[in-house]
Amino acid sequence: MARLTVNLCGIELDNPIIPASGTFGFGYEFAELYDINCLGTFSFKGTTKDPRYGNPTPRIAESASGMLNAVGLQNPGVEAVISEELPKMRQVFDKPVMANVSGFSIDEYVYTASRLDVEEQVGWIELNISCPNVDGGGVAFGTSPEMAAKVTAAVRAEVKKPLIVKLSPNVTNIAAIAKACEDAGADGISLINTLLGMRIDLKTRQTLLANTTGGLSGPAILPVALRMVWETYKAVKIPIVGMGGVSSSEDVIEMMLAGATAVGIGAANLIDPYICRDIIQTLPETMDKYGISNLKDIIGGAHG
Amino acid sequence: MKESIFRILTNKQIAHDTYEMILRGNTEHITRPGQFVNIKLDGFYLRRPFSVCDLEGDDLTIIYKVVGSGTEKMSTLVPNEELNLLTGLGNGYDTKSSGKAPLLIGGGAGVPPLYWLAKELLAEGKQVSAILGFNTSNEVFYEAQFKKLGVSTLITTADGSYGIQGFVTDALTNLESFSYTYACGPEPMLKAVYDAAETSGQYSFEERMGCGFGACMGCTCKTLYGDKRICREGPVLVKEEIIWQG
Repeated sequence: MARLTVNLCGIELDNPIIPASGTFGFGYEFAELYDINCLGTFSFKGTTKDPRYGNPTPRIAESASGMLNAVGLQNPGVEAVISEELPKMRQVFDKPVMANVSGFSIDEYVYTASRLDVEEQVGWIELNISCPNVDGGGVAFGTSPEMAAKVTAAVRAEVKKPLIVKLSPNVTNIAAIAKACEDAGADGISLINTLLGMRIDLKTRQTLLANTTGGLSGPAILPVALRMVWETYKAVKIPIVGMGGVSSSEDVIEMMLAGATAVGIGAANLIDPYICRDIIQTLPETMDKYGISNLKDIIGGAHG
Repeated sequence: MKESIFRILTNKQIAHDTYEMILRGNTEHITRPGQFVNIKLDGFYLRRPFSVCDLEGDDLTIIYKVVGSGTEKMSTLVPNEELNLLTGLGNGYDTKSSGKAPLLIGGGAGVPPLYWLAKELLAEGKQVSAILGFNTSNEVFYEAQFKKLGVSTLITTADGSYGIQGFVTDALTNLESFSYTYACGPEPMLKAVYDAAETSGQYSFEERMGCGFGACMGCTCKTLYGDKRICREGPVLVKEEIIWQG
């Protein structure tokens, strides 16, 4: 299995597969189906300082080869995550986990990240500055290089674990934002979060989502994700967790060729709950097919 | 929860825009009436959730109404085609708290799960009544099936073209006392039943879902017992915990 290992910010992963935040809960729904220790790691549900109910329903809509969600960072708050969710997660997952952190001010980001940073099972902090579904938070920090750098530096100063910043695709220059995060002390970049979109019901003439807009994910966004990982790889030296529409071992290899060190799987978990296990199982065969002996060798391999 | 392949045995129209599909596969994870299955359809990204209408060994019955392109596609499927299902989803109805004479109230596409529920309650020796509400006569289905089980069944239609004219709550006065209420249907119907019925009960809710098994937080609702996922801690809520969003 050593041919699947990658190193993400100083921590060795058995394979590059990482279920993406918001599509995998805290792991235990999936642990009923298969042993989730086969994963590289996973990024748990985006956590904020205070509990959040999230947006009104409907929060979900379908589109061609994809879906929109406007969940709005529903989570029990960092104290309940630490006292209730992490102990339960520990029962089903032995490896370091990625703690996805969101906030509505720099102080909140720093607070939540610091609380999770000292938890033994947390391997990385993933700073979500890209949620498109909440007002005044998330993406507000991820759409300008200056703001992204500011929140990255503030969290960097307070946490010891590797810091990965998750970027929004709803920007004009993703590379500039990634570079600003690197310069501010980020150890890695993850991208892309969802693309802002909407749907309208022809019968009622109203938006399908109660929140009006939501984030598009699924295979429809894979080409956009690949392009942005490609641009980011050119701009930074730190590792990239590439995600957006990845649904097969072929997609994983394509994402790594674009520049990803590890690969997030999001919406696909919701349609096929076994997808991550199946991708990990089929990766060696797909690697053989394309003459890849070791996955580490192909990171950024399409850049020549 | 289990993911498995089911084979279509029959798929036939039983009322206006309403189809009954019987599927054969591994049903061992389906444990309670009121649970649902989530079906993958070629050409559609999200699965479609349907309540279990009946379960006989390996054979699963669902009833669906054609309301969009997904169910339109389903209506064209023929016997021997195979479908990928997630089964055993949701909490389902608890039959133990029903008392001796439970009343089942269903509206339109909310009628199906009450059929299997009725069978289970009857098997427990209870005296079961049902009020099944529809918009109009050509949408009525399963009246004979409920009656054949031995369920005292009243039909209402909103336009009065069949049975009692009005909504399901208009038929409540035709009933002698009942011990408990089980309801499934559109939310305005659930609210009307909630207001009209003096007994305790269990109400099954519907919501747009992403995954159907608790991962995406797409279908959360507020209850007096805390936030719940309709797909996981629901779709059945007890009367005492319901908060109406209005």
